[in-house]
Amino acid sequence: MSQRLTIALSKGRILDDTLPLLEQAGIVPAEDPGKSRKLVLETNHEDVQFVIVRATDVPTYVEYGGADLGVCGKDVLMEHGGQGLYEPLDLRIARCRLMVAGRPGAHLQPGRLRIATKFVNISRRYFAERGRQVELIKLYGSMELAPLVGMADLIVDLVDTGNTLRANGLEPLEHIADISSRLVVNKASMKVKHQRIKALVEQLRGAVATRSA
Amino acid sequence: MNENDYSKDNPWLLPEGVDELLPPRAMRVEQQRRELLDLFSAWGYELIMPPFIEFLDSLLTGSGHDLDLETFKLTDQLSGRLMGVRADMTPQAARIDAHQLLREGPVRLCYIGTVLKTRPDAMGGSRDPLQLGAELFGHAGIESDVEVISLMLEVLRTTGVHDLYLDLGHVGIYRGLTHQAGLGDEIEARFFDALQRKAAIEIEELLGAADIDSTHRAMLAALPDLNGGTEVLQRAVEELRHADKSVREALDELAAIATSLQQREPSLPLYFDLAELHGYQYKTGAVFAAFTPGYGQELARGGRYDNIGRIFGRARPATGFSADLKALAALTAEPVQTAAAGVLADWTNDAAALAEVRRLREQGERVVWSLPGQQGNGGCDRRLVQRKDGSWAVEPL
Repeated sequence: MSQRLTIALSKGRILDDTLPLLEQAGIVPAEDPGKSRKLVLETNHEDVQFVIVRATDVPTYVEYGGADLGVCGKDVLMEHGGQGLYEPLDLRIARCRLMVAGRPGAHLQPGRLRIATKFVNISRRYFAERGRQVELIKLYGSMELAPLVGMADLIVDLVDTGNTLRANGLEPLEHIADISSRLVVNKASMKVKHQRIKALVEQLRGAVATRSA
Repeated sequence: MNENDYSKDNPWLLPEGVDELLPPRAMRVEQQRRELLDLFSAWGYELIMPPFIEFLDSLLTGSGHDLDLETFKLTDQLSGRLMGVRADMTPQAARIDAHQLLREGPVRLCYIGTVLKTRPDAMGGSRDPLQLGAELFGHAGIESDVEVISLMLEVLRTTGVHDLYLDLGHVGIYRGLTHQAGLGDEIEARFFDALQRKAAIEIEELLGAADIDSTHRAMLAALPDLNGGTEVLQRAVEELRHADKSVREALDELAAIATSLQQREPSLPLYFDLAELHGYQYKTGAVFAAFTPGYGQELARGGRYDNIGRIFGRARPATGFSADLKALAALTAEPVQTAAAGVLADWTNDAAALAEVRRLREQGERVVWSLPGQQGNGGCDRRLVQRKDGSWAVEPL
């Protein structure tokens, strides 16, 4: 019976903030994931391993069963969509906001707005819910540039301090959602390995509570 | 590389999610199909072969919005009506039971056939699964649920999957609690969505903002966490003690199913998830699914869906399960190509040779004609040769 747990993590801010929580739950990687080039990392538990994937790929790995658990931003989950995963825990790390931004007042102009974003699914749903017909332009980065070169009227992006926006003459206009990182669990793993996974979820819940207290 | 996604330069290309079975796997699947039909027959389930295509209205009867989206549609040139290619054979079985057979008492039906889906069920899933299933109509007790679950487990074992886990739930619990709490349609839709993801924080926020009393709120908020081993049922009895009769009956049913299964399948790990609502739109009672470690999706699933036959003239209790035989076959190791076996016969019109070939084939021997100019032995280990006296005999190659 395979009760090995595989946890999908992505490098960067989420990893830096997740490792202390996992450590509090008693799971420590055998080597520093920030420095190692390995994609599969052993931990101090023989039956727990980390896999290092791109942030946007975490839901895919977990839903497919390539990993039992994973940590990813709510933005990635919202963009991924669907009900294929359990997301039992808000880790309250890597917090920011998902916003509509643009030149002041740009969101008030009539007609069909052009939206530049990497969150095309979220943007489609958000504007449709508000009864607004928009044109979506998929970008992979530097969204702020699009309104400056006249390619888009608005952007949908994560906003932390808002400094990049202001430096480019843009401002946050509409708040779509508060974002933080979530623990996600494969549905079949939850059923087959529920004792281990539930115990881990509880330990992490405790760790989150102590840290935010 | 051609930059067009679906260029005509690749005439061999199959659509996404559509696959085919090649030798030797195709034969393996066919053998499993035969074994399963024998198994169904041994349990008293009668085979039906519903049409591949029928009017959309009857195909979607009693089912939910999801099945509508999954169904390929086309217009019938004869009647002008919309037709659908079956995406699930369950409603067809229900139609046959309710309108064609018209028998009293329990009716047991089974089927195996290809269905088509506009979208795969799961990530990387098939759009043309080979659906197999069994349905038991005309009995409302938990005994028929237990029978169908037992048969489902037996089917999975027959296909070679032995390390099985069973997930049990009951849609009556959610239905009773949301009805009792009087959640509005919009909030209920959002609650349902969050509950399917067990997103506890979202559920808390949603219920906090909903205009319902605290008893109901506490019971709904308990749902995402009511999953785990048998102890979950005791916890549910305690945490949902203020729920109405329908919820308590649902819990009793689940407990009875669990007790009966523990007698029949003492080593089967049971997992309960009171928020599992797969197929909620048409399910009415216990729901179940089977899992195996290392496979990220369910192997088979089913549940109770009473009254689906009403529109065909007869409301009948019903419970059943289905699975994708191609997905099950993919779980077992690729069958090894069997060693050369059979008799190679040189092409001839000689009457004695023809008679000998026929005799050998009737005995179950594999006899392959060696066509003029053919290279290789056709996978044979023996050859048909003519003796000096003109008779034919089999000799090693």
